[in-house]
Amino acid sequence: MSTYLGMPTLAPRGVGLLRGDLPFPAAARTALADTQLRRNLGHATSTIRAKRAAVVGEVGDWEELRRAGEAIKTATMARLEEHLERLEREVAARGGVVHWARDATEANRIVTDLVRATGADEVIKVKSMVTQEIGLNDALAQAGIAAVETDLAELIVQLGGDTPSHILVPAIHRNRAEIREIFRREMPDVDPGLTDDPRALAMAARSHLRRKFLSARVAISGANFAVAETGTLLVVESEGNGRMCLTLPQTLITVMGIEKIVPTWYDLEVFLQLLPRSSTGERMNPYTSAWTGVTPDDGPQEFHLVLLDNGRTATLADPVGRTALHCIRCSACLNVCPVYERTGGHAYGSVYPGPIGAVLTPQLTGVEDNPSLPYASSLCGACFDACPVRIDIPSLLVHLRARHVEEQRAHRRTPTAEAITMAAASWVMADPGRFSAAGRAARIARPFTGRRGRIRTLPPPLSAWTSARDAPAPPPETFREWWSRTRERQ
Amino acid sequence: MRIALFVTCLADVMFPDAGKATTRLLERLGHEVVFPQAQTCCGQMHVNTGYQREALPLVRHHVEVFEPFEVVVAPSGSCVGSVRHQHAGVARRSGEDALAERADALAARTFELSELLIDVLGVEDVGAYFPHRVTYHPTCHSLRMLRVGDRPLRLLRRVRGLDLVQLPDSDQCCGFGGTFAVKNADTSTAMLADKMRNVLSTGAEVVTAGDASCLMHIGGGLSRLRTGTRTMHLAEILAATETDGR
Repeated sequence: MSTYLGMPTLAPRGVGLLRGDLPFPAAARTALADTQLRRNLGHATSTIRAKRAAVVGEVGDWEELRRAGEAIKTATMARLEEHLERLEREVAARGGVVHWARDATEANRIVTDLVRATGADEVIKVKSMVTQEIGLNDALAQAGIAAVETDLAELIVQLGGDTPSHILVPAIHRNRAEIREIFRREMPDVDPGLTDDPRALAMAARSHLRRKFLSARVAISGANFAVAETGTLLVVESEGNGRMCLTLPQTLITVMGIEKIVPTWYDLEVFLQLLPRSSTGERMNPYTSAWTGVTPDDGPQEFHLVLLDNGRTATLADPVGRTALHCIRCSACLNVCPVYERTGGHAYGSVYPGPIGAVLTPQLTGVEDNPSLPYASSLCGACFDACPVRIDIPSLLVHLRARHVEEQRAHRRTPTAEAITMAAASWVMADPGRFSAAGRAARIARPFTGRRGRIRTLPPPLSAWTSARDAPAPPPETFREWWSRTRERQ
Repeated sequence: MRIALFVTCLADVMFPDAGKATTRLLERLGHEVVFPQAQTCCGQMHVNTGYQREALPLVRHHVEVFEPFEVVVAPSGSCVGSVRHQHAGVARRSGEDALAERADALAARTFELSELLIDVLGVEDVGAYFPHRVTYHPTCHSLRMLRVGDRPLRLLRRVRGLDLVQLPDSDQCCGFGGTFAVKNADTSTAMLADKMRNVLSTGAEVVTAGDASCLMHIGGGLSRLRTGTRTMHLAEILAATETDGR
């Protein structure tokens, strides 16, 4: 491990979208009761799952590509500071200005000041996870600057006064009837006879956005990749609205997490194959925009790049947990996750939901600010299989659970009931005599047994089990008793 | 072959039939089964709940108990998964590198039941008879940690009288997940509901799997709803013969 001076900063409280109001189990309970949400999510995730499986199946060397993606990310993270400094030099040499932001608060201030300096009071935005992470739209609004989301799904989320619930498809929790209602309510100039035909909805959004594209002087984007060797930024998207934002306005401000960097153009060969097949289930994404600094008389004439930490250096300091930074935000893990499929993204309380969110968010904020997220998984392992850069999410979840327990142990005066139970179980199970006695003692539960050899109610915390499931009655004889009786006293 | 049975703590205390069936099956196939009485638990629950420090003595104990044996079998995909993919890590996290190496060596000769039968013993037809309609749930850890693939299905297809029906969306988790079933009971139950719907759609009398824990979950749901479909461990079906009268 490398040495560092002081603790790297975590994503600060009170700004951005990395902390929910409720722990996951409580937030999930509300989501699970919403039958329309369940229906919308089940339909959408199974559709994307099937598309992804089909296009991934076409690629003969998919496993080699995954391993290549993993290897590039691992090597890049090991020398992140060198690549970032290279990127900074190359962007500056080509007419861009690079800003370093320690956290969400700093990034929001930098962007707000840059927009203010242009005199604009409205900006158009390319779909971007990182600007949602830092709560940029709210910060701009407080400064009197209106941020207009131009990605169709982000627009739906914004007009609905909502937050994204999926990395790729932020309005996945909405169906088209709900979208029509949002448009009719929130778009001032929309046709009141608007139907829920997908094409009609898209055309309504198109005419609403086209006016914004033509009038805006400032655009704000995130980045899918930054190529250090040339200082080039890339955005991949499906609609072309991002391309409008990246080319029409006078000023472009890009905010990117420092982990988005790749050293060379050659590395993109791997990721531009992995990403679209994993995310939208397409062989190639429709629009890939790449820009390098400023090109005189072509596109934005002023370009700013904000490099955001917001807990990433702290994540990098964990030799196990750091692989969460390899994520390319494809959302394949969300679509295959049985937990996400049923709860949706809002239950995670973070802009990064699903399995990757459960391992990334607690590291950005510190595990103790999101202690329920590493437990929001049955460890079924579907996410690891789907991940295009082979992030071993189940192992990371287990690792972060251990970090949570260790931090509790370090900071609590008295252990939790769970910690006492686990310690007692360990004491019993580490010794065959004690274990065997406990096995016999389990039979005290037999009086709880119903007629059919099943237990229907148990005291807390096991009541959470018997709320919906019977528990088995302890058998009259344990296996080891049977073994002793039948095999050793013959 | 002399095979040490790691029965697992759950089967020992709650589902001894899975252990008895494993014993009878292997003995019927002409092998010697030994049961090291000092065995307890692999520590998976501790590891998966975050209590790695508490898991360490269990890992050490497991290694000491089973180290003398050349082949170890467990009727559980997830316990073998823990032995194979977690034990060495638990030891390393506490700086016990020597223990980690011993754990890895033991893991290499520890097998889940269907792996043992097909890969080590080279048998697919175990001579079983089970005249019932059965569907198979490939538990997550068997499927994705151990990659047992179609081994259990190959064994089931050779059982005389057995009517094997494909379980829809079989690779989906049943929602058990150890302490997940209690910590996130609502989500777990929602997952279980879909698993039960798929099980019932097959019209099977019996749903089987290689893990008593997942079966405890699925069976707990099926029983609560009085569905009339029961759970049985894969070993119990493979151990069944004409003379059992089941």
